Amino acid sequence: MSFFKKMKEKITGTNEAVTGKFKEGLTKTRDSFTSKVNDLVARFREVDEEFFEELEEVLLQADVGFETVMELIDQLKAEVKRKNIKDTAGIQTVISEKLVDIYNAQGESDNSLNIQEDGITVILMVGVNGVGKTTTIGKLASRLQKEGKTVMLAAGDTFRAGAIEQLVVWGERAGVEVIRQSEGSDPAAVMFDAVNAAKKRGVDVLICDTAGRLQNKVNLMNELQKVHRVIGREIEGAPHEVLLALDATTGQNALIQAETFKEATDVTGIVLTKLDGTAKGGIVLAIRNKLNIPVKFVGLGEGIDDLQPFDPEKYVYGLFADGLELEAAEEQDTEEDK
Amino acid sequence: MAFEGLAERLQGTLQKITGKGKISEADVKEMMREVRFALIEADVNLKVVKEFVKTVSERSIGQDVMKSLTPGQQVVKIVKDELTKLMGEEQSGIQFARKSPTVIMMVGLQGAGKTTTSGKLANSLRKRNNKKPLLVAADVYRPAAVQQLETIGKQLTIPVFSLGTDVSPVEIVRQALEKADEDHNDVVIIDTAGRLHIDETLMQELKDIRELASPDETFLVVDAMTGQDAVNVAKNFDDAIGITGVALTKLDGDTRGGAALSIRSVTQKPIKYVGMGEKMDALEPFHPERMASRILGMGDVMSLIEKAQENVDEEKARDLEQKLRTQTFTLDDFLDQLQQVKKMGPLDEILKMMPGFNKIKGLENAQVDESQMGKVEAVIYSMTTQERATPEMINASRKKRIAKGSGTSIQEVNRLLKQFEEMKKMVKQMTGAQSKGKKKMKFPGMDAFFK
Repeated sequence: MSFFKKMKEKITGTNEAVTGKFKEGLTKTRDSFTSKVNDLVARFREVDEEFFEELEEVLLQADVGFETVMELIDQLKAEVKRKNIKDTAGIQTVISEKLVDIYNAQGESDNSLNIQEDGITVILMVGVNGVGKTTTIGKLASRLQKEGKTVMLAAGDTFRAGAIEQLVVWGERAGVEVIRQSEGSDPAAVMFDAVNAAKKRGVDVLICDTAGRLQNKVNLMNELQKVHRVIGREIEGAPHEVLLALDATTGQNALIQAETFKEATDVTGIVLTKLDGTAKGGIVLAIRNKLNIPVKFVGLGEGIDDLQPFDPEKYVYGLFADGLELEAAEEQDTEEDK
Repeated sequence: MAFEGLAERLQGTLQKITGKGKISEADVKEMMREVRFALIEADVNLKVVKEFVKTVSERSIGQDVMKSLTPGQQVVKIVKDELTKLMGEEQSGIQFARKSPTVIMMVGLQGAGKTTTSGKLANSLRKRNNKKPLLVAADVYRPAAVQQLETIGKQLTIPVFSLGTDVSPVEIVRQALEKADEDHNDVVIIDTAGRLHIDETLMQELKDIRELASPDETFLVVDAMTGQDAVNVAKNFDDAIGITGVALTKLDGDTRGGAALSIRSVTQKPIKYVGMGEKMDALEPFHPERMASRILGMGDVMSLIEKAQENVDEEKARDLEQKLRTQTFTLDDFLDQLQQVKKMGPLDEILKMMPGFNKIKGLENAQVDESQMGKVEAVIYSMTTQERATPEMINASRKKRIAKGSGTSIQEVNRLLKQFEEMKKMVKQMTGAQSKGKKKMKFPGMDAFFK
């Protein structure tokens, strides 16, 4: 069975609604990307140097980054040679296969959250300014709540104006308690309070918000380490998840972000936000490939349900799917016209 | 994983070429490949890169580079010149309306920094232009966006007009304009909700606000870290509502900021401001030349010089110069110097601005050990005035006392004294060699602050 069919089967097997939502959110992304790829395939009937050059450009414009693109192209060239592929029909499958390969270069990963069977699970949310940490927490709280967990939030962004209020509103929407102190207080102290409140109330999951910080601010990164340490001191093994929120619009700097935040707080997963725009967030391939940080969720809108688990195959499928078959048919038509 | 600057990239290419005597057109082409790499890694949009490389390539082949003895430097110069040219002239603030109030509308994607920038802009207009701004909270969608602007307004003591989140943004703006009229505010800054450029409903809302308020300036607020998509964002916002300028935020990060070039070449609208921090006074005018250096990974010397100028006391500097000349430089002066350097901000941030700093072998990830500076301070503070003036008198028992008093060890006291001696020696050489102008400037003793 071809990779493509396998993927399709896998997807139709999963919850249709979820797939629908994912696909819907990715429509814009996919439209531009797939149409470009298909456009490419349509224009180049032969797999030659020019074809690879165009493909390289399509990928670069998806923010995949130079190194990864070069790696992919090299692999593709080898594959094309090995399988003796001459025309572009069918090359999409190879492209998507290779993209998933790059993503999974360090082994396939389990994208589910590391939820503790007994005791509290602490999730720490980190990232630069304006990537959507607080919004993601709201969505995540609602999601876990629906799974039957009791959830508590910690308003650890005591710096930005209105950040605490923002989390409180999300807490109300999701129907979960928010532990807070006043603006300007020590975030580590808030975490200490929150962890103890969570213990007392016996909640299942505590999600901790932190202030956005640029990764080159040494002092602020130290502060984040302290927050991490305080949580670990109160509950052994905590935080069980450190999620880095990453804006899909971000370019190559995302790699440095992931690297620095990983050093400071041992990031366990990425939430790729704002994927409902036209940006593609292609840099996650490089992040996963180089730093072995998997994407766990994607943000597809501002609604409370717009957070979906990330599935690399689905992600790639979302970029290539439907359009593929459709375009393939159209392609034939146009060819017949000629 | 650190990005290489263009100059370093070209160096590699040139090493292959040198020895050939003259460089050929093919060599130029090879160099252009490096230019392309460097720009893409800096997040400049691919289409923009292509066009740009074409221009630079033409200029390079047309004699400039091929006849030069230093083709690499020539290429860097041409690239930098062209980049600077493309990014436009130095910017002169805001176009104020002839009839008050001047209406400024802030638009952009979610999380770009509109609310913070609105606050900074209001602050800057009040301070530098003597204006009386009114901030308008027109983001009714994001939770607590209104509170955020209100808090900023309170911090700055600048009035904020808000009607909660149940009134339409258009209505809020309408009433805000009336209020501004009543209160004689001569600038009205409208903070709109973040939205995707492809969200037709919300883009229509912006058109409606524009229709009603006919803003004198419409600023697109863009995150400096934005990747290839910057062109789509800028183009869509410009097509829909016609922006008049751009504010580039979070430029205090370590992104190259190629988005600036992308936006500029797609919209042809000037970048007017850059956000350089979370504090309310961290909004600065845009300097095309500095941005060009940054995109090329050449460091930001101008900002460094400005920062130094802002913080160095001129009188003290003259005083110090005198002391250096007459060889009466003491540990007290040394301490003074340290504190001046500290005032400029976190040392590693300063070092980041220095061109080529990231390229010094072994220093790529150097972290400035500021606690080391604290120790030096403590040691000097533990000396008597006399000891500071004549360190030669510090004998073993004095050292013991100083070490104890400063919570350090005798070795650390020794190290400091040795550093100071070396520094004095260096200064002597320098002042002696000044007339010949041959000796290279060095910072003796400074290397002790690196781990």
